[in-house]
Amino acid sequence: MRVAIVGVQGDVEEHVFAAKAAIKKMKIDGEVQIARRKGIVSKSDAVVIPGGESTTISRLIFKSGIAQEIIEAAEQGKPVMGTCAGMIVLAKSGDEQTEKVKLLNLMDISVKRNAFGRQKESFQVKLNIKYIGEFEAVFIRAPAITKVEKDVEILATFDDKIVAAKQKNILALSFHPELTNDTRVHEFFFKMIN
Amino acid sequence: MKIKLEELRFGTELVKRGFAKMQKGGVIMDVTNAEQAMIAEDAGAVAVMALHKVPADIRASGGVARMADPKIIEEIMDAVTIPVMAKCRIGHIAEAKALEALGVDMIDESEVLTPADTFFHVDKRKFTVPFVCGARNLGEAVRRIWEGAAMIRTKGEAGTGNVVEAVKHMRIINRSIAELKNLNEEQTYNVARKFVERYIELAKLVKEDLGIGFVSDGDVVYEEYTLGEIIDGIFEILLEIKKIGRLPVVNFAAGGIATPADAALMMILGADGVFVGSGIFKSSNPEAYARAIVEAVQNYDDHSVVAEVSKGIGDAMKGLDVFKERLQERGV
Repeated sequence: MRVAIVGVQGDVEEHVFAAKAAIKKMKIDGEVQIARRKGIVSKSDAVVIPGGESTTISRLIFKSGIAQEIIEAAEQGKPVMGTCAGMIVLAKSGDEQTEKVKLLNLMDISVKRNAFGRQKESFQVKLNIKYIGEFEAVFIRAPAITKVEKDVEILATFDDKIVAAKQKNILALSFHPELTNDTRVHEFFFKMIN
Repeated sequence: MKIKLEELRFGTELVKRGFAKMQKGGVIMDVTNAEQAMIAEDAGAVAVMALHKVPADIRASGGVARMADPKIIEEIMDAVTIPVMAKCRIGHIAEAKALEALGVDMIDESEVLTPADTFFHVDKRKFTVPFVCGARNLGEAVRRIWEGAAMIRTKGEAGTGNVVEAVKHMRIINRSIAELKNLNEEQTYNVARKFVERYIELAKLVKEDLGIGFVSDGDVVYEEYTLGEIIDGIFEILLEIKKIGRLPVVNFAAGGIATPADAALMMILGADGVFVGSGIFKSSNPEAYARAIVEAVQNYDDHSVVAEVSKGIGDAMKGLDVFKERLQERGV
């Protein structure tokens, strides 16, 4: 199994670390690579888009050609996970704050940026996630899903906002599973590989 | 799902350090108004630093440099969707609290402004909002981390457009971490004892004044912390640095970065990202410089990209080779 962590900007190393820890725990053969340029995502079995600034990440993946590779991987049925900024980039549409963010349109969701407010309103909380259970979730200037279409499965809500969802091979999270030592979200994601 | 309010935790170390981690691989740009902030955002900045004047102008105009006008900061916050940071004077608890109340996303307790306290920095653990602080060496970095800084940046020499000091500070910190790895526990503890000397200065001065002996480990020397507690805290951070081989928080480069190649250089030296102060809006073409520096940071190891983005972008800020006042010596 080869996992690509999109590495143009954001908490890339944290995802690498979490992915490696999950692979070790699952006792499977896996390789984790950082995709800072095109050519890596296309050779991978799963793709992670980390947290960071969605304006920056979006700009850089489209400019580098990584965006097209992510779209192709998703169309081939390979699992793609986006956390925080990564979730925004996966969406079909967004609020006025996403006007400057070019979206990948891989998931039938509408997102709201900074849905919980600015940094001082950022928080961590024990969240109940479908298929995973109680999970310490870290929300940092986090987005939320405001609308889902019929093929989207809601995995977690918080404060009446959707914060985790899955549509076939695409997984989107408002929070950062890579910031804690709990690897269950990454394990769940890797199990999505056919 | 209904969540009990007491289970919601704001401003934890994870949330504060996590915010800084989201900035990695990015460029944070100094801006002085909403228009500049929008240029920075469009160019791909991960955050902006809201200022009254860029460091080059602070240096040129002299006088006391203070927190920016909250009205300017608010206008910038309203203009962009990316995080907005602002600077407070070193040790100026009230400026820091005011910035937190305004809702800025990160506070830079910065030597670029005139220090308000010659003894102490702000106790940053008492804030919900995360802080970034400058450092020239490992001691300064570790003290700021112990005080609760979620991010460190090199001090460099702000407003000069001269990268030499930022390089020096990055090299010193890297070398210190390498040296630390070779030390045993006892030697590391001695480093911790050396690093805490800054916290004793006030108590020592007063005790000498009054002729009442020496500072002991049980004395409260900074906020509510005894010297012994500070030594233990610093020692623990040093052990963590030894173990992970880097600072436990994000470490950015700042102070004198003026060109795409300067930014790439700092990334090659191990910076997690870059602050560009005067370098953008003191150049002849801010938009071109902003875009080029963002791309140079992302592609710092692809030298052809750095060469390409550096083509025909106009003149970099003029820069200073010699400077009479060294801002970096503030707040050690």
